[in-house]
Amino acid sequence: MNVMTNLVAFDVTRIRDDFPILKQTIRGKPLVFLDSAASAQKPRVVIDAMVQAMETQYANVHRGLYWMSERTTEAYEAARDATAALMNANNRSEIVFTGNSTGAINLLAHSYGRGVLRPGQAVVISGMEHHSNIVPWQMLRDAHGIELRVAPVTDAGELDMDAFAALLEDGKVGLVAITHMSNVLGTITPAERIVKIAHAHGAKVMFDGSQAIVHRKIDVQALDCDFYVWTGHKLYGPTGIGVMWGRKELLERMPPFMGGGDMISSVSYEKSTWAAVPHKFEAGTPAILEGIGLKAAIDYVQTIGYGAMAAHEASLTEHALARLAGVDGVRVLGQAQDRGGVISFTLDKAHSHDVATLLDRQGIAVRAGHHCAEPLMRRFDLDSTARASFGVYTTHAEIDALVDGLVRVREFFQ
Amino acid sequence: MTDPFVQPEEPTAAAAIAAISEDLSLFDDWMERYEFIIGMGRKLPPFPDEWSNDAHRVPGCQSRVWMEAILRDGKLYFAGQSDAAIVSGLVALLMRVYSGRPPAEILATDPVFLKDLGLLEALSTNRGNGIAAMARKVREVAMLQAG
Repeated sequence: MNVMTNLVAFDVTRIRDDFPILKQTIRGKPLVFLDSAASAQKPRVVIDAMVQAMETQYANVHRGLYWMSERTTEAYEAARDATAALMNANNRSEIVFTGNSTGAINLLAHSYGRGVLRPGQAVVISGMEHHSNIVPWQMLRDAHGIELRVAPVTDAGELDMDAFAALLEDGKVGLVAITHMSNVLGTITPAERIVKIAHAHGAKVMFDGSQAIVHRKIDVQALDCDFYVWTGHKLYGPTGIGVMWGRKELLERMPPFMGGGDMISSVSYEKSTWAAVPHKFEAGTPAILEGIGLKAAIDYVQTIGYGAMAAHEASLTEHALARLAGVDGVRVLGQAQDRGGVISFTLDKAHSHDVATLLDRQGIAVRAGHHCAEPLMRRFDLDSTARASFGVYTTHAEIDALVDGLVRVREFFQ
Repeated sequence: MTDPFVQPEEPTAAAAIAAISEDLSLFDDWMERYEFIIGMGRKLPPFPDEWSNDAHRVPGCQSRVWMEAILRDGKLYFAGQSDAAIVSGLVALLMRVYSGRPPAEILATDPVFLKDLGLLEALSTNRGNGIAAMARKVREVAMLQAG
């Protein structure tokens, strides 16, 4: 099986040259970074874009009438255009910038949850959500009388679609908020089917695309969903900037979440009026440099192309699953039909913390723990797993290094 | 029941740190170092099952660590355990330094030795590592006793 020969246009060696950090050695060994699902490394173009902005054209945005501020505003707002194009949003004003996915989901839970949903209605999440797509809805439940329903996950690590549909039967569900790709199992959820079922029962749909957008081309119009959130730092961009896309008519119905500068139309002590969307959701000085960095990251992935990235990652995932299957005592969590480059596993003789520590000694960075998904861990009767996740710069040789490392760890605990 | 609290091997915390440093210096291979650390964990007095609960849990992210403390004749004794082997070993090293010492001596002994000995990358920042949290907890308990 030599999948790489099919990927003529995709040269991972050249890609790796774009990421300065990957040239580092850790404890004298080349860095094998397999924790991109937590946060991805940054290409030179992102670093340069942010540094250049600070060195040549930095001022606050949306305010100054002078040349420098206008230039900065233009560069920052270009990120909104790039984001709209990336997701195939209908309109640039449907792109709301937040701090991260967590910020986006909290915005939605506050604004849509308290402003549009009515007490007695329900929100459906799934059994494979990140804490950031659980806790804001719990807070909404407790503060606003919203029922929280959880669609179960099958043993294979897929969404139980029959059970999901059953949760919507009574017509009480106002919003479905579900991951588009599990950060633990790598499972890609059947977004189109979820939307069809939800819409048929009068519910809106939000996808947490924090992982999915790294691995798949996201077209919000084709998905026909209502909200889609993700974060810049997993897509090779900077930390501190996230995205909430929402249908314009829904965003317009939603009250602001945070008050302050930049989100108003006019302010008096008696009454303030709000700016138009998306600005009414963007109080305060935004993450200007991060927006500029995000634009560079989006341009970067668009240049490589989702087709090439997805093919590379599919090949890596297939290789990793095949090789891990050959290591005694390794159990991979979930066998979803449709999955991306995130693999959680356990080793029979060692705690995942020990696995991660001993792999680290070999220069291999994996995540160990509950991955901010404690309910999902409990679903599989586990406290923690080790997780390897892949990015555009991951190589087949790095996966081989992981497997060799695991064999050493297992020998260690014999 | 065997005493679950760790008895000190060395007369002072400083002597314990020196002894650990000497032990570790015998190994130039990190695998051997970890084998030694894991061995230390296995030699910890058995931690009572009834203490392996949330009330005894040291908040940490990646592995579970439990501990208990008792004051005997003006000295604090600690018991502890983790479900991860390496962390259990680090718990044992921590106890070897801090268990059976007067609160003042505990407070005077900076847990930075864990970092100095290459056992931890960072003490204060890594919420994922239960051992850093345990080192903090040990100090908290000592501070409470020291009044």
